[in-house]
Amino acid sequence: MPDVSDFILKLQRRRIEGSHATARQTTELLRSVVSHHRIPHTNQTASLLEAVRAVGEQLIAANPVELAVGNIVRRVLHIIREEDSSAVSFEGLQISEKSDDEEDVERKGGSLLSAAAVAAASRSTLRPRSLQTLLEDGPAPIVPSNSSSNGDSEGKSKSDKSARSRRLKHAVIEAINLLIEEINSCYDDISEQAVEHIHHNEVILTLGRSKTVKEFLYAAKQKNRSFRVFVAEGAPRYQGHVLAKELIQKGLETTVITDSAIFAMISRVNMVIVGAHAIMANGGVIAPVGMNMLALAAQRHAVPFVVVAGSHKLCPLYSHNPEVLLNELKSPSDLIDFGEFSDCMDFGSRGGGPLMHVVNPTFDYVPPKLVSLFITDTGGHNASHMYKLIADYYSADDLVIKRNSTS
Amino acid sequence: MAQKKGGKSAASDDPEELARTPLQAILLADTFNLKFRPTTLERPKAISSHCVLLPLVNTPMIDYTLAWLESVGAEEVFLFCCAHADQVKEYISKSHWGQSRAGFSITTIESNFSISAGDALRFIEGKNVIRGDFILITGDTISNMNLTEALQAHKDRRKKDPDTVMTMFVKRSKPMPLTHQTRLGNDEIVMAIDPETKQLLFYEDRFDSSKQAVTLDKSLLADNPSLYLRTDLEDCYIDICSPEVLTIFLDNFDYQHLRRHFVKGLLHDDIMGKKIYTHEIDSSYTARVDNWRSYDTISKDIIQRWSFPLVPDVLYAGNRSQMRLQREGIYKAPDISLSPSVSIGAFSAIGSGTTIGDNSSVSNSVIGELCTIGRNVSIDGCYIWDNVTIEDGCRLSNSVVCDGVHLRAGATLEPGVILSFKVEVGQNITIPAYSKVSLLAQPGKQDSDEELEYADTDSGVIDSPSIASISPANVEHDHASFNTEQSGLEGGLSGVGYIWTSCETGNEEEWRYSVAPIPEEKLNEFYAKMLDEAETSSDEEQTGITHSGELLSETKSTNFDDSDGEYKGDVTKFEKEVEETFERALGGVAEENVQLEINSLRMSFNVTHAECAGAVFQSVIKSAIVASNSKSNLLKATIDAIEKSKGLLSYFITNLDEEIEVILKFEEMCMETTKEFSPIFSSVLHQLYDKEVVTEDAILKWESEKAEADESDKVFIKQSEAFLKWLKEAPEEDDEDE
Repeated sequence: MPDVSDFILKLQRRRIEGSHATARQTTELLRSVVSHHRIPHTNQTASLLEAVRAVGEQLIAANPVELAVGNIVRRVLHIIREEDSSAVSFEGLQISEKSDDEEDVERKGGSLLSAAAVAAASRSTLRPRSLQTLLEDGPAPIVPSNSSSNGDSEGKSKSDKSARSRRLKHAVIEAINLLIEEINSCYDDISEQAVEHIHHNEVILTLGRSKTVKEFLYAAKQKNRSFRVFVAEGAPRYQGHVLAKELIQKGLETTVITDSAIFAMISRVNMVIVGAHAIMANGGVIAPVGMNMLALAAQRHAVPFVVVAGSHKLCPLYSHNPEVLLNELKSPSDLIDFGEFSDCMDFGSRGGGPLMHVVNPTFDYVPPKLVSLFITDTGGHNASHMYKLIADYYSADDLVIKRNSTS
Repeated sequence: MAQKKGGKSAASDDPEELARTPLQAILLADTFNLKFRPTTLERPKAISSHCVLLPLVNTPMIDYTLAWLESVGAEEVFLFCCAHADQVKEYISKSHWGQSRAGFSITTIESNFSISAGDALRFIEGKNVIRGDFILITGDTISNMNLTEALQAHKDRRKKDPDTVMTMFVKRSKPMPLTHQTRLGNDEIVMAIDPETKQLLFYEDRFDSSKQAVTLDKSLLADNPSLYLRTDLEDCYIDICSPEVLTIFLDNFDYQHLRRHFVKGLLHDDIMGKKIYTHEIDSSYTARVDNWRSYDTISKDIIQRWSFPLVPDVLYAGNRSQMRLQREGIYKAPDISLSPSVSIGAFSAIGSGTTIGDNSSVSNSVIGELCTIGRNVSIDGCYIWDNVTIEDGCRLSNSVVCDGVHLRAGATLEPGVILSFKVEVGQNITIPAYSKVSLLAQPGKQDSDEELEYADTDSGVIDSPSIASISPANVEHDHASFNTEQSGLEGGLSGVGYIWTSCETGNEEEWRYSVAPIPEEKLNEFYAKMLDEAETSSDEEQTGITHSGELLSETKSTNFDDSDGEYKGDVTKFEKEVEETFERALGGVAEENVQLEINSLRMSFNVTHAECAGAVFQSVIKSAIVASNSKSNLLKATIDAIEKSKGLLSYFITNLDEEIEVILKFEEMCMETTKEFSPIFSSVLHQLYDKEVVTEDAILKWESEKAEADESDKVFIKQSEAFLKWLKEAPEEDDEDE
């Protein structure tokens, strides 16, 4: 694999920042994995799944905190399963010619809602499929003639086989391309909905800097909505300062406040709009540190707390899952200057341990009951509906990637 | 070699790469000092103390350095190793660093003859592999800083001024001498930096805080309108160097130490005019492990995540199992087995495959992989490496326990103990504080930092089978130091290993470099000493800098030291000039003009009044020699000369200091340059007194100053004994005379 180890290193070294960039690059990497994968004559789907899973496992291990990687790996696995089911239906049921075309047309349309619909539709065919894959997995190396279900097609010819494999690969790559497109266009899809949520003379509060939120606010501004934005600076990285600058350049009235002033200001706010790092299956949100405080403040004053996030941030795992490493503790140097405090970090005196410890967590967990609304590229959702959305995007077989690969 | 091929192909495949010269780095896997012994006798760094493979929070140090180099975009790394090169090479090829990868290649350079950093760089220069600016770093440096900005700045400076050879990284830390001592166990560094250009003007790494004084070259103050003298900087030992650095090392074959010789050499060398700049890093973390104290400190910094992303739960090294961070800074590998009753305190790390028995407690410690720890063991502030067995009831505090050590039941390690590889400690034995135990006998002499003990350490690595055969002797040796314990031992199993007598630093200094926290009384002592010094130094007339780094006063800020050759040269030059002026004065130039001229000379040479007086007097005496044609009338000629230039002398000799200087000067002349005067020293002195050139006070003071001098120096005191006696006895008369 050409770039895999390189990409893994980048993830390990925390060189890729932001879930959007990570998601896009992961998808591109997996596309090249699929296209470089040499598909054997038997067990095509299984081998492709295995290849993607093997790479995916490494990617997830490289940076377990970046959930977008796992999300994308699962999406791609799901795509392969879907394409396989449609290809099988073409071969096995002989009515596929039409349905396959239909699907292609739908996919090329690229509408996200329809993609979800297709996913939901193919899920019905997916269930029996997994059983069949199992059957194929087992006896395939022994005798090909043993497979009774599609024995006629097996017996046809090698050329047919390779054609089928090419078709499968082609279809998968095509679908992955759509996924990339979807990731690229998620900002537009989300910000299209901005006018429905932001009204005249409202005051919007946000925390830190989220590109999704920025685009969302831009879109509302473009539609000539006039509103004020309060930006909480988002210590210790102070990304809020950057966001404020960007908003001012677009002519938005912006007020920067400290994080600690949130509670004081929240009563003047009409709506809180924030970005997220990941949305868990239960509707809980993993977001930059300080978000839980903001959510609680919003709840106290009954201010709607809206989370905007692309669908690549949807994570099919639950936050209590031990596989999910919820947080990353960064270097304390964001908080305090090492040089200034080097005497407090003194280990030689005072019995071997410094009295000062500095903790710098990256993320907060916001429980689902504090979130009023999720706005994804497929529209607005309630926290309790997240599981449905997740069922559309991911296949249940792929939830635990690691265990599958070892067994 | 795989990595070599990787390097070549990366360079040749890509023409663009060649055009822009890839960022290269030289990583010295040896640091050429002894502070980590005895553990490094067996791991890399025989000569040196340190081993780049010593684990730092369960990851070899070199992994941190390599990971950093990779993260800053170094593309070709030249790993220089001499001692234990095989081990380093083997490690590199086994680890993921060995896999060839686009954009990052490691080439090992091996030399058995290099005994210092200077040798290493000369050797690399010989290989002709460095093509552009490169990063110079030692294998024991932990950093997470970003180089981009500094690298750009270095390149810009190079463009403007091709004499720029190096950018040194420095980090701010509290300007407390105590902090340096207790944190990293090294001395304070004093640097003079140009505030505008950040050029390094002065560097002193062996700053003796007890003296509280630095010696600055006066030209430093003369040439630079402003400079910062800073004591609050730590040297990161990371440099960006131009290829010239290697050539300079080649030209100056006596340069050994990077800082002590190279940096200071360049700073003192005006002819080449090479310049060194500094780059101060603010928020990033950099530190160098060069003794056990800094090993302890930096391990804890890593556990506290200052070095993020180089922390145990992030897989930067690739081949180690991933640790998981829990609350309170506890790192656990996923596959450890802990008894439910084990208590793990905050800021500890436990490596994979380790088992810990019932009721044991671990705090502030790092435990390596595959260790077996029994029941009721208490471990506090220890560094336990891989495959260590600790039986029930052992007590360990603030110790380092290397690979394969076996502690039998009930053993106790007092603070500061270091157990080297595969040492065994018998039942219920207590190892006294600060002892170092190794399977290898202590090498005989270890007086200097840069000593070569290559040959015998290489052959001295003992494999485990041979331990059995030598163990009786060892045990005896071993128990010479703790035989009290042996008496209570009832012939049970005892240990294997030699106790090393304390290193070259002496027992006094042990506490300073050990992993154990500094004992309370030492700290108090230290504080007290510091306070004392602060008082005395302010009383003294001594020049120096106060702790805030500000100069006491402009004129006093240079400490004229005999060792300062350059300065000395200046004074003799000045004296010559004065002499010439004086000769012209004899030729008939008006006295005021001579005064003016000498005064301006004094200004331009920047010498003190006292020295000026001395020089004038010297000229007078010399003129007397010229005037006298035989020895017999020398005295008369001298008296004449003094009489003649009395006005001039009284103009320049105005106070006691200058008078004493004149006497000293005269004495010096009598002893060295103009021996003719020695017989008539006391007579001339008397004349000087009569002519009121020098006063009684000055003469008496001179005598008292000389009282403690060597016998040889007292020749003239003896000669003028009668005169001095007369002076002392008849002070009243003297007054009446006047």
